Amino acid sequence: MLLLIPLLPFLGFVLNASVGRRVSKAVSGGAAVAAMFGSFAVSAAASWSLLGMPAGSRIIDQSVFTWIPSGDLQVPFALRLDPLSMVMILVVSGIGSLIHLYSTAYMHEERDSEYARYFSYLNLFAAFMLVLVLAPNFLVMFVGWEGVGLCSYLLIGFWYHKPSAADAGKKAFIVNRVGDFGFLLGVLLLFSHFGTLDFHELARSVSAFAPETAAFGTLSLAALLLFVGAVGKSAQIPLYIWLPDAMEGPTPVSALIHAATMVTAGVYMIGRNAVLYSHAPGVLELVGIIGVATAVMSATIGLVQNDIKRVLAYSTVSQLGLMFLAMSVRAYAAGIFHLYTHAFFKALLFLGSGAVIHALAGEQDLRRMGGLRKELPVTYWTFLAGTLAIAGVPLFSGFFSKDELLYRAFSSGHPYLWFFGSVASLLTACYMFRLVFLAFHGERASGAAEHAPAHGAAEASHGHLHDAPRPMAIALVVLAVGAVLAGYVGVPGVLGGSNRIERFLEPSFTAERAETAAASEYAAEGAHEAEMAGHGAAESPALEGVLMLTSTLVAFAGIGLAWLFFLKRRDLADAAAQRFQGLHRLLLNKYYVDEVYDAGIVQPVRIISEQALWKGIDVGVIDGAVNGAGVAVRGASGMLRLLQTGSIRAYAASLMLGAVLILGYMLWPR
Amino acid sequence: MVTLNHYLALSAILFAIGTTGVFLRRNMITVLLSIEIMLNAANLTLVAFGRHWGAVDGQIIVFFVVTVAAAEAAVGLAIVIALFRLRESLDPDAFTSLKW
Repeated sequence: MLLLIPLLPFLGFVLNASVGRRVSKAVSGGAAVAAMFGSFAVSAAASWSLLGMPAGSRIIDQSVFTWIPSGDLQVPFALRLDPLSMVMILVVSGIGSLIHLYSTAYMHEERDSEYARYFSYLNLFAAFMLVLVLAPNFLVMFVGWEGVGLCSYLLIGFWYHKPSAADAGKKAFIVNRVGDFGFLLGVLLLFSHFGTLDFHELARSVSAFAPETAAFGTLSLAALLLFVGAVGKSAQIPLYIWLPDAMEGPTPVSALIHAATMVTAGVYMIGRNAVLYSHAPGVLELVGIIGVATAVMSATIGLVQNDIKRVLAYSTVSQLGLMFLAMSVRAYAAGIFHLYTHAFFKALLFLGSGAVIHALAGEQDLRRMGGLRKELPVTYWTFLAGTLAIAGVPLFSGFFSKDELLYRAFSSGHPYLWFFGSVASLLTACYMFRLVFLAFHGERASGAAEHAPAHGAAEASHGHLHDAPRPMAIALVVLAVGAVLAGYVGVPGVLGGSNRIERFLEPSFTAERAETAAASEYAAEGAHEAEMAGHGAAESPALEGVLMLTSTLVAFAGIGLAWLFFLKRRDLADAAAQRFQGLHRLLLNKYYVDEVYDAGIVQPVRIISEQALWKGIDVGVIDGAVNGAGVAVRGASGMLRLLQTGSIRAYAASLMLGAVLILGYMLWPR
Repeated sequence: MVTLNHYLALSAILFAIGTTGVFLRRNMITVLLSIEIMLNAANLTLVAFGRHWGAVDGQIIVFFVVTVAAAEAAVGLAIVIALFRLRESLDPDAFTSLKW
């Protein structure tokens, strides 16, 4: 049954890739959407049967075939469903279905063949992503890991005739390769050390070791290398640069791949190897520092960007940083919880921005929007729900997950991580409401009229804006409901809930359902940890209450700041930008990170390639060897052919000379 | 008493005369004649050894050589006539166009 989950989208891909160009949009789009909804239905059925199992042993294994039988290396192509992957398949297939549905309307202006191509990529992506989260071992996961990277490249560069889109696709692919290389090295290291690639067996082997606190050993190295992969895939410092550029792709792609699912693969991978990471505390510290630094840095960039999708892209990077922060304090369940709620509200926000862009015929600049509230009511209200959720306003989903992970950061003795996480939350609330105020409130920017000549066709449709068409509206409303309600599976103890999702997920982060006596030495510690994780919420309700109040205040402070600067007194924002001109320019130019990479990596590589490798080695050595051999043969032949004089007497003389020499050699007395 | 060495010495002298003729004469017919002298020097050696060892092998081979030499002379003279018709010359150095 598990096989059907990735197989259905894959069949959709095969259909659309083979005959898609010859059928109508209704058929190709319909097949893709049906495949995703089918996959979601199977996922839901599988989840239902998983929930029916006793809490300690919730695992469904399905072995499809033996993929690589080679001596010690036995890799089955298998799928495994446990609580962690259950959450992931529901998110991927559920949100994926809605985004497919949304895409049928959003991409409707493409030609039939392009439309089919789009849906074939999207289906292929879903298939690979589902393989990634259902993988029981590293190799199957790697198939999904690389597959989603490929689909990301294809979809970012979907409008490949636009140079910026083609470049963004290449950038994403190359930056991801850097991370994937680390990931692959980590997998190889783990295999050479433990002789297995299966997550469960690995966790069991690892739990026999003591946590590597002092020395930086194999476990830490493997964890670090895997984290390099996660940094690439999940767009953290220093490899986050591809994600903002990835916004060149169609907006539903940004929603599905670059917000809700693929970029969370790194977080998921750390959660999947929670036991390994728990045994490498040094690496976890690093994860936390990188996560929180990314969260704050990208949030500050998001504060000043003017492209509606770029703001959301930096917001995604920032939220992913918070997820890594949760991972680093061993609050794996809290991190996955935030991943899950984030998938809802960030997909919603991207789809909402897509609806705005669609309505404005391609306009993405916030400065040319404004006052859309009345004209696009469905988009406005759903977008507002998503914004409230991401800002962490109480009773919305983002509040529960963000509050949980910040609380866990504080209670595990990392107050500085908590502090910077809260700063990131403040900035998040601020830039998200800036976005809402600039796009939906106030007056339509006068710039729109000024730019009318430049925008000819685009402005023509501004006369009467049309709100999201039906398929887009359905997706928006369902996601908005999700963004509001998704958090209620994890209501913390202090608010009278029991944090069900964390209890549900917790078994996925331990090595063994029933601890054996062999591992008893660390079992006590592990049990304590599990207890901490499971009942942490109940331990200090007062502290949690205070922190919750703080983060609520932080959220409202952020909203207030945005209200003051971007709605009430917009001149204040301009004045501040004038006052801190240097800082403003620094943020607007994204800390010049792209320029630094260009000068530090891209240009040296180009120059070395051109001057040394191309003009030096290729032209000089390789071409030189080939051409040199030719020249040498020609020169030697030119000399040798002079022997052919055409004179019979010369030939006779050489014949005679040869005969004399041979006879002389043979007859010479020795 | 005429010994084997006398025959061999005469053969060597004849061969040297023939070789010198081949290299030094500027007339292709004379060159062919010189080649005949070289062939007959070799024939003389063969016959001398045959007599010395009391075997007939050498004399048999000489018949073959004489036959081949006759054929060679026929072909060679035909070529010389053809060349002469082409260039009005019997000098071997006039025919060096078969090169490079």
